[in-house]
Amino acid sequence: MTSADHLAGPALELAWREHWGRLVAVLIGEFRRMDLAEDALADAFTKATVRWPIDGVPDNPAAWLRTAARRRLLDMLRADAVAGRKQQLLVVEAQASQAMGASPDVVPDDRLRLLLLCCHPAIGVEAQAALALRLVLGISTAEIARLFLLADATIGARLTRAKRKIAGAGVPFALPPPDQLQLRVDTAVRTVYLAFTAGYAPGEGPDLLRADLAGEAIRLARVLDELVPDHAPVRALLALMLFQHARRDARVRGDDLVLLADQDRRRWHHDEIAQARGLLAAVPPADGVTEELRLQAMIAELHATSPDAAATDWTSIAGHYARLETLTGSPVVRLNRAVAVAEVSGPAAGLAMLEGLTVALARSHRLPAVRAELLLRAGDTTGARRELLDAIERCRNDAERRHLHRRLDIVSATPR
Amino acid sequence: MKYVVLIAGYPEGVDWDEMTADDRQVYLDRHQAFADTCRGRDGVEIRAGEALGDGSMATTLRTSHDGTVTMTDGPFAEAAEHIGGFYLLEVPDLEVLTEICSILPPYILDLRPVIDVG
Repeated sequence: MTSADHLAGPALELAWREHWGRLVAVLIGEFRRMDLAEDALADAFTKATVRWPIDGVPDNPAAWLRTAARRRLLDMLRADAVAGRKQQLLVVEAQASQAMGASPDVVPDDRLRLLLLCCHPAIGVEAQAALALRLVLGISTAEIARLFLLADATIGARLTRAKRKIAGAGVPFALPPPDQLQLRVDTAVRTVYLAFTAGYAPGEGPDLLRADLAGEAIRLARVLDELVPDHAPVRALLALMLFQHARRDARVRGDDLVLLADQDRRRWHHDEIAQARGLLAAVPPADGVTEELRLQAMIAELHATSPDAAATDWTSIAGHYARLETLTGSPVVRLNRAVAVAEVSGPAAGLAMLEGLTVALARSHRLPAVRAELLLRAGDTTGARRELLDAIERCRNDAERRHLHRRLDIVSATPR
Repeated sequence: MKYVVLIAGYPEGVDWDEMTADDRQVYLDRHQAFADTCRGRDGVEIRAGEALGDGSMATTLRTSHDGTVTMTDGPFAEAAEHIGGFYLLEVPDLEVLTEICSILPPYILDLRPVIDVG
């Protein structure tokens, strides 16, 4: 149940962000039980929320958490032994079990091993991402469920199944052989991008964006970049994330969402944008994941380099989205494409592109929100009002919901 | 870990019955290379390995608590029709298993861990 929302103080939040993945990795290396490692660490964090406010923050929070988690895990193993429960142990590479002896601060490679374990091709694609988000970044099951537009119970079952499969099928906690590394990294790239999205646009709770979480995903991508230098998908992913992350300070005013068009572009991190452009320039046209990421990065670049909203090159953006839709068939891409098409050819053309998305995006508030804006531009205030109400009902992010309410007030004040 | 590697079928467009003698020899040679690799590798051992008669030769038997045995024409499962053989292997993990199985000629393989039910 550990998530940032439940932690007592900034020290705990910092420890959770900095050490969760490393500690999970160290515990798995030592005890060879993924299920227990995660539960024991969650318990250790819960214990810290009680103890730290009373005893003070320990000098070495990671070591404190590790000791607490180890103790809890040993209890759990004892309980298993007493109850006669036998669990399949994870196959662990000798190197990984040695890492447990070192300080959690100096074993960054263990997180990579953990990430690649989560992204093993023997695991289903959706389960890979859910597992990496949970184990490497410590994101709650509820938040992961939101990201996948699925129910909590579905994600919970998926995680349990995946952990059982890893141990049962003999997927080792080990770095892959060199000839397999690139393939495995490509799988991880997709997963890291999903993690970034969770930080960039949280769908649940009071935060408009969790820049730290997005930053953590960027750090994961940098670790990948270090391990496999000049790997096109990692570079494209990094560029994309840097373009988007560079806008973080301008995306929020107080507690409120600022739309791209209204953002103060002087507050964008132009050094990061320049770095992203350098990375992207070196990525040649490709196919598959790399091309998906490259096209998205090119779209982000067009936004990031436009001097103001009015000068945005929507024609190129719509073109990139069209290619992206062909490549992915994603309803979310189509939704974004519709917005770009509306900018180029007017609201009617955009609305036409939204046809047929109702089922695929049944739980997303963005579909009715976009439809409302396009209807408003087309002069249909009644329709816009109806769609905004629908969007407000579906939206689970507080700041975005406030924004939708403000739009509703404006629409309601507009004479029909 | 112990695994049963089930030879569950051939890739699209490959059919043992349609193969020339030379093609078949390639398959047999690759199995020999597989056996040699396993012998030369630490922690890897072939415990058993056989080719199986096809589904038309299978008989399905249902056993029960009261000793009744019912026999029908097999095979039981649709997929079982295509299982052409198996290996019982001892290997350190799935990664090593994948690596050594890549020596085998083109097949679709099902890698099933052997579990301890005791």
